[in-house]
Amino acid sequence: MKTIYTRVLLVLTLFTATPALAVLNVLTCEPEWAALTQELAGDLVDVSSATSGAQDPHHVQARPSLLSKARKADLLICTGAELEVGWLPLLQHKTGNPKIQDGAEGYFMASDEVSMLGIPVVLDRSQGDVHAMGNPHIQTDPNNITDVAIALNARLQLIDPDNAEVYQQRYEDFSQRWKKAIKGWNQQAEKLRGKTIVVHHESWVYMNDWLGLKEVATLEPKPGIPPTADHLSDLLQKMKQKPADAIIYAAYQSSRSAHWLAEETGIKVVELPFTVGGIKGVDSLFELYDETIKRLVEAMQ
Amino acid sequence: MNSALFFVTSSILLLLQLSLAEARDVSTDTEPAAQSQDQQQLKQQLDQLQHDYDQRLSRIEERLKETQKATRTQKANTFNPGISLILNGTFSSYENDPDNYQLPGFALSNEAGLGAEGFTLDESEVTLGAKVDQLFYGQATFALADDAGETSIETEEAYFQTLGLGGGLTVKAGRFYSAMGYLNEKHRHAWDFIDAPLVYRGLFGDQLKEDGIQLSLILPTDHYFLIGAEVGNGVHFPSAGNHSGVGDWLVFANTGGDVGFSHSWQLGISHWQADDVENRLSQGLKTPSYSGDSRIDALDIVYKWAPDGNSEQRNLKLQAEFFNRSENGLMTLEDTAQSSSYDGSQNGWYVEAVYQFIPQWKTGVRYDYTDSSNSGSSIVLDDSGLLANGYTPQRVSVMLAWLPSEFSRIRAQFNRDESTAETDNQFFVQYTMAMGAHGAHAY
Repeated sequence: MKTIYTRVLLVLTLFTATPALAVLNVLTCEPEWAALTQELAGDLVDVSSATSGAQDPHHVQARPSLLSKARKADLLICTGAELEVGWLPLLQHKTGNPKIQDGAEGYFMASDEVSMLGIPVVLDRSQGDVHAMGNPHIQTDPNNITDVAIALNARLQLIDPDNAEVYQQRYEDFSQRWKKAIKGWNQQAEKLRGKTIVVHHESWVYMNDWLGLKEVATLEPKPGIPPTADHLSDLLQKMKQKPADAIIYAAYQSSRSAHWLAEETGIKVVELPFTVGGIKGVDSLFELYDETIKRLVEAMQ
Repeated sequence: MNSALFFVTSSILLLLQLSLAEARDVSTDTEPAAQSQDQQQLKQQLDQLQHDYDQRLSRIEERLKETQKATRTQKANTFNPGISLILNGTFSSYENDPDNYQLPGFALSNEAGLGAEGFTLDESEVTLGAKVDQLFYGQATFALADDAGETSIETEEAYFQTLGLGGGLTVKAGRFYSAMGYLNEKHRHAWDFIDAPLVYRGLFGDQLKEDGIQLSLILPTDHYFLIGAEVGNGVHFPSAGNHSGVGDWLVFANTGGDVGFSHSWQLGISHWQADDVENRLSQGLKTPSYSGDSRIDALDIVYKWAPDGNSEQRNLKLQAEFFNRSENGLMTLEDTAQSSSYDGSQNGWYVEAVYQFIPQWKTGVRYDYTDSSNSGSSIVLDDSGLLANGYTPQRVSVMLAWLPSEFSRIRAQFNRDESTAETDNQFFVQYTMAMGAHGAHAY
């Protein structure tokens, strides 16, 4: 039985053989982690992202193609903090891939590496789609990327010790460029400190913490609940009395409510990429924050 | 902990800086002797300050330890399984008497049929699930059904499966919904329509359960291929009877893929077989009982669309399944002890489309069709409900669902059921409320 099985496998592998290089198969849940892996590992990995910048990472289908990718993955990189709770466990269970099970070396949750914000005091679903472990949208602050990069570098070296030196070099190179870039963004964003914003969803708590932006309202009445007419008209009254400096939404979110409020109040509306690939031309982590800061500064200076 | 430390150390540093700045200011207009005295005083003050902070710090650390201890003792339930509770209730209205329900050409399972009229408490479900250890995951679902004022508990599923065996292999054992077809593996509340497709009702009594073991293997190909097999004890409809060995078995295969991020699809085929069905009772005038063999072939296809894969605003799901069953054996009417050889051939299919047109709202339409060609003694077949008399039962359903959040749904459905000569117009309103552990949803 066993020999038949191995033979079948052998034949199948021959049929589908990819260039026989010792590359790590990396599956990421979100595109920002694919971009980071690319920075840190380059050609040493074959990386693909389960979602694109146009998708809401809360709601993703466990598509057949993802199952075959998860089946082969040596390393799974996701945000964690229950962001992918609706689909990721399925990929882990159904593929039976021991490398990507919880706690395995190939299981990497970025949110484990940063200090979380927005941890709810009360866990109650009447408060919307609450994440018990805190707000999962950590990629909106480049300082979090710094923390994740440190841990991911260590993890890559652990899984692929043969190439440890290359990873270390790439990490140091990235780390230098990244530090410099953050300095630049901090300078450009200096004038944003203390500005007030209205957001679509609680997607930006880390960015706000980083840039000193003050979130004064959300278009969603509760996290994950689409804007309602009642809530929007309340918001309109509030904005008429004390207008915010900008209304912000992520590229994948519906822009309707944001534009409606902008038209009624004259407040500027800003579409942000949210992640790599969220907006055309934003193809790397560097471009992600370049574009984010550029758009924010343009709207609020 | 870290932030407390950080706060304290940074305050010390700040104070140090301030005091030093002050010291510099003072030093510029005082004599050297006085200066050293001042410095000494300053040093003493600083020492005092440091001492105070050290004390405060150790007090904070002490308190932190205590809270950690407190939370530790409270967490005896840390390893409890995740619990989720699904509440279901339906209002049903029929034009025909639901007690006289028939599906011509099919001898229905005793559990198949229409629900009671008016407000009814449907099955409520409790699911418990957790990882057992590093190797296994276990899950059980119990349904609480209300029958004529009495509550009965049914074990819908109770299985364990392997975690990370490797090689794409997963083993599942216990009681579980068979991997036959597409809809069968999903729990009822995850279906897009309130009731089962006619062909599911006719062939399985709504859903095919398996008490046995399932192996599935995802092949190491870039394209998705899954093959699998099940063996069971053959106790569940459309099998029946006790078997010392294999009572029924299934082989299945799935494949699927994407076209960009917007489109995805899945195709499945399966074959189920029971060679020794013993006294399978079904609905019918004179308690029909079947013994013989039973084979089912199935084909299912699902296609999903969402603009750029972002299903939040709009998405579409198309789904179709086809089943064919052939049986060869003996049909006996237990009440009259009449029997006849029976050669049954039944098939059926449905196709449905469900469209989310704005967030929180879905609408759907479904078309059902079944056909049969059974042969045997006409008296026996007639009393078993197996004579279709030329009827090909069909049904059209439309559905509108409101989903205020991921966890609640209220939906209405209308069926025009042309199963018999008397067309039945059926109307349903149903609520589904999900609480507790957040389940993951299969494709």
